[in-house]
Amino acid sequence: MNIVLQIGYLLTAILFILGVIRLRSPATARSGNLIAACGMGIAFIVTIIRYHSFSLPLIGVTIIVGAIVGTYAAKKVRMTAMPQMVALFNGMGGGAAALVSIGKLHSLWTHGISSPGASISALFTVLIGSISFTGSLLAFGKLQEWVSGRPVTFGGQKVVNGLLLLIALILGVVMTISGGRQDLGMLWLYVIIAAAGGLLVVLPIGGADMPVVISLLNAFTGLAAAATGFLLANNVLIIAGALVGASGTILTQQMSRAMNRPIQNIIFGAFGKLATAGGAGGVGATDGVVQTATVEDVATILAYARTVVIVPGYGLAVARAQQEVRQLMEKLNQRSVTVRFGIHPVAGRMPGHMNVLLAEADVPYDNLYEMDAINPQFPQTDVVLVIGANDVTNPAARNQPGSPLYGMPILNVDQAQRIIVLKRSMNPGFAGIDNPLYINPKTSMLFGDAKSSLSHVIRALDEV
Amino acid sequence: MVNHLLIEIYIFVLAVFVGFQLISKVPSVLHTPLMSATNAIHGIILVGAIALAASVHGAVDVTISVAAVFLATLNVVGGYVVTDRILGMFKKKSAERPTE
Repeated sequence: MNIVLQIGYLLTAILFILGVIRLRSPATARSGNLIAACGMGIAFIVTIIRYHSFSLPLIGVTIIVGAIVGTYAAKKVRMTAMPQMVALFNGMGGGAAALVSIGKLHSLWTHGISSPGASISALFTVLIGSISFTGSLLAFGKLQEWVSGRPVTFGGQKVVNGLLLLIALILGVVMTISGGRQDLGMLWLYVIIAAAGGLLVVLPIGGADMPVVISLLNAFTGLAAAATGFLLANNVLIIAGALVGASGTILTQQMSRAMNRPIQNIIFGAFGKLATAGGAGGVGATDGVVQTATVEDVATILAYARTVVIVPGYGLAVARAQQEVRQLMEKLNQRSVTVRFGIHPVAGRMPGHMNVLLAEADVPYDNLYEMDAINPQFPQTDVVLVIGANDVTNPAARNQPGSPLYGMPILNVDQAQRIIVLKRSMNPGFAGIDNPLYINPKTSMLFGDAKSSLSHVIRALDEV
Repeated sequence: MVNHLLIEIYIFVLAVFVGFQLISKVPSVLHTPLMSATNAIHGIILVGAIALAASVHGAVDVTISVAAVFLATLNVVGGYVVTDRILGMFKKKSAERPTE
């Protein structure tokens, strides 16, 4: 192959790796992204030169339109809508990988050429690329609330999934063996089955499990890109795909560990069902008294504290209250109250969701603490302010072996001197499990929309 | 041919190890930008899509490859712009507000 192309691709691979190295620290991460983008630029230019692609107006126009649409969407999206945007771009990549493999196979077969190696890598890419494409689109729909975010389950779901996978495997084997001589209808059937598979995998997954699924689909797209590299004998695709596959796999592992649920459990067992089953078993420790607080109470408690830890959850994103949280932090800092943030790995709808929201509101990242860093500090904390987080603070995960949450690592907010919970209502969280934290004598509840509750508290602080 | 495949497998396996080493050290603060940046990196499929589009003939193949180019371009451009936007917000001290 063309030597310029090969050297260009080598440079790209090096720049990708250097870019990822810089992603390990918030201070260098932005330049890391730029370095990776430069690598992409080099790969793009050498490819265009090698294939004389600008002599093909259709490709040029497509790229320009794609770039404009992509930039527009990426610039316009609200930060609270970031999880669905990430899911959407991920799906595009998976779809592109699947299409490249379908196109390559189709072109090979219509010319009567076939090799088992090419067929296997192409069919593998088509399978996981299509799953990633439709799965990500459905995840996008759920996060955007175009589709119900509740888990959708039906009887025999596992059987249907298993059967589809089996049919896909049989079709794959038949196509690999008979390579090129068969009717192309089989290829299209295979594509349809893979696409349906993606929908079926994401359908039973509910909102709180989204961080796991988004990471998993990310890994799928990476692997699809790597497999396309094998098909096209393109090393930079193999390297980039392997990097992304590794990253997606690590994130998936970390997310499912943070929920204390094996990945099969998340994919195959809808959380909603599991939770009701557990609830029916009668954990029932919530017959205590819930103490409500007024805005003035909350302001006073916060004003006279020395250390406050704020625990944000998805409710914060829903209420878009991140600016109010930052204002509250500044108000308290003026009174020389130390304010820190304790962030659970699966708070929100994608890995690191809360960090992005708080960063948008100009909360410095050195105020944000991971679960392991903040947990030992709760006993010395005067007040914990829980905003829109529920299951990740549920002490039942620590001390009620019967609870469906039991064993999940949580933020030990109940060890603080006082706990204030901002919540819309007493409705249980996503998992439908009662939270004994709310009847803890140290806990006060302030009901209402987080955004308006917080702005009232900020105003009340001026009068304390 | 078999040699060629073996070399590709070498590359893949080594890249997976590098990926695991590098990425397991990313702090959870950066998990969203990490995912978004790696999202953009798998947009490298664009070069495969361009190579395919430049080499095929016939309505079906051209349609498929051009659709692939379109999706991959969205993936690359959108991915990098979103990541840059997210990372632009991460600041160390409140004092370091951007001077806009």
